[in-house]
Amino acid sequence: MKASGVEHHHLTPDDWTKVANEPQFRSLISDKRRFIIPATIFFLAYFLALPVLVGFVPATMERAVWGPVTVANIFALSQFAMAWILLALYLWRARGYDVTEKTVTENVRKEFTAP
Amino acid sequence: MNAALVMFCFFVGITLVITWWASARTTTSKGFYAAHREIGGVQNGWAVAGDYMSAASFLGITGLIAFYGFDGFMYSVGFLVAYLTVLFLVAEPLRNVGKYTMADLISFRLHGKGVRAIAAISTLVVALFYMIAQMVGAGSLVDLLLPSASYTMAIVVVGALMIIYVMFGGMLATTWVQIIKAALLLAGAVAITIMVLAHYSFSLPQLFTAAANVAGPGGTTTDLLRSGLLYAGQHGALNLLSLGLALVLGTAGLPHILMRFYTVPTARAARTSVAWAMVLIGIFYLTTMFMGLGAATLVGKADIGTHVKDAPAIAYISRQPAAMQPVLNAELKTKQYIVPTQNNNMAAPLLANYLGGAYFMAFIAAVAFATILAVVAGLTISASSAFAHDIWWNIVRKGKGDEREQLRVARATAALVGVVAILLSIGLRTLNVAFLVGLAFAVAASANVPVIVLSLSWRRFNKVGAIAGMVTGLVSSLGIIAISPAIMGIDPAGSATHHFIQMAPLFPLDNPGLLSIPLGFIGAILGTFFSRDAQAEADFDQLLVRANTGMGAEV
Repeated sequence: MKASGVEHHHLTPDDWTKVANEPQFRSLISDKRRFIIPATIFFLAYFLALPVLVGFVPATMERAVWGPVTVANIFALSQFAMAWILLALYLWRARGYDVTEKTVTENVRKEFTAP
Repeated sequence: MNAALVMFCFFVGITLVITWWASARTTTSKGFYAAHREIGGVQNGWAVAGDYMSAASFLGITGLIAFYGFDGFMYSVGFLVAYLTVLFLVAEPLRNVGKYTMADLISFRLHGKGVRAIAAISTLVVALFYMIAQMVGAGSLVDLLLPSASYTMAIVVVGALMIIYVMFGGMLATTWVQIIKAALLLAGAVAITIMVLAHYSFSLPQLFTAAANVAGPGGTTTDLLRSGLLYAGQHGALNLLSLGLALVLGTAGLPHILMRFYTVPTARAARTSVAWAMVLIGIFYLTTMFMGLGAATLVGKADIGTHVKDAPAIAYISRQPAAMQPVLNAELKTKQYIVPTQNNNMAAPLLANYLGGAYFMAFIAAVAFATILAVVAGLTISASSAFAHDIWWNIVRKGKGDEREQLRVARATAALVGVVAILLSIGLRTLNVAFLVGLAFAVAASANVPVIVLSLSWRRFNKVGAIAGMVTGLVSSLGIIAISPAIMGIDPAGSATHHFIQMAPLFPLDNPGLLSIPLGFIGAILGTFFSRDAQAEADFDQLLVRANTGMGAEV
């Protein structure tokens, strides 16, 4: 987001700490973490499960389920769907982050550009 | 004149016009490194996709799938999923707190020469490894696609063009070259895919049935849908895991990808870039499956292995036992080529030839060259920024000096990086450099990513931790690769492979990631506990606010 016309370089370390502890900002950070941390753990686990399962339980993964197409094939293709679904979810959540973020930036502008 | 050459020259002509247009607009260092931060989110998404869809992906992965089926497709999956790391952890904070380079982000609250210098060195290592792999690949491809050109000539032409794009046109020209090439490459890949599907009457079961019964020599058949054709044996599973880990984390530490996020005006535009890139890259990697399976079933493995002449032939002969060499040299002299090995890099162009004829193949070959050219240009500008912005500007000149000097140094280092890459690529022509791309990803994942993530998320993190993490990641990934099968191995007499060290490998896996990535994280965490930096801890609040709101971001 553009700095909305505010020069922030004059904020002191204490000012930044104050902003960092404002309830609006805290809720922005916890909103983000609530999505990003589980989503990251999930996609890493889902992706790494592919080499792990193919490598260690090949018998199950090599079972043909649709003509010659195997479980491993479908699991690999599902990674594309997984990536795109997580992308869509994030974009949707991020619209909310943008709204909170705007309020935070607005508050800072009011607070620190007082005459 | 060769049709591919004509089309390639046409592409070069257009890109030179763009460079001329961009050069008039590149008058400041911000223009040079970041295209004035005026590239739109969608355009940058195409450029990010272009930076990522390298010739190694297009020719290499299509070939791997044609030869090894499912195991080759694992690369495609990893390359796409990797962008979730970029989306969730890196793109937006990087845009919000950095200026031009990865080192800007890391040294935001970890000041000092040491951190910046090592971050710059790590950037240079990744960029150079990646660049040499692409350029050596370009040289070898020329032998296959444009038989009238030589290896050295190809390297010099590619190198000279990339220097011209970057030196004169900066990031603006590099971005538009990348966008055009991404559109051409995607169009080519989608066209081949549709033709493959049309050949199988748009029936997936027909295609998959053919792929499960690919005829081989002597009446054997191969099932390309099964795993284990490439990664088999004792360490097959761990090899796959190590590669997967390096791919999925390494992308977020590739300097030429990171630098792209500085070209857009806001963090929201950076997010849009990743979104577009993920859609385009996903479509592209899905097409690699159809191209690979199409090449295997329609062209056939025997025909993909092709005549090799000049540089690859000389390289091949040099690896043969001394007694064999005169015979092979004589063969090269009389036949102008030898058939040393099956080369799967030709799968995509040969499939294009089968499906669409000579002119379509020429188009695909020209696109492959354009791809190499655009990717090395992106790497050159990221390497030059590490040199000029991090080492020269911030460390040597301590941020003093005028705008004209900055721009002059940036241009000079771009030329220097280009010349070094040309010389190294010519010097390394006879070596197998395929492992360099995997190594670049491993270094990025082990040295860069732990420090990026920890500096953004851990208040206690400090300089000692950052230096320890980057050094551990860098040294361990380089050290482990040196004792891995890429470098160490005992070649049986008459073998077509050659190892630098004739000893049994001490580390069994091809990619060091499985060990070096955890070592990078452990180094960074342990190093942190060796010291305490109150200033860095106090500055964490500022970093947190700025990374998440974009307040005070570079405009």
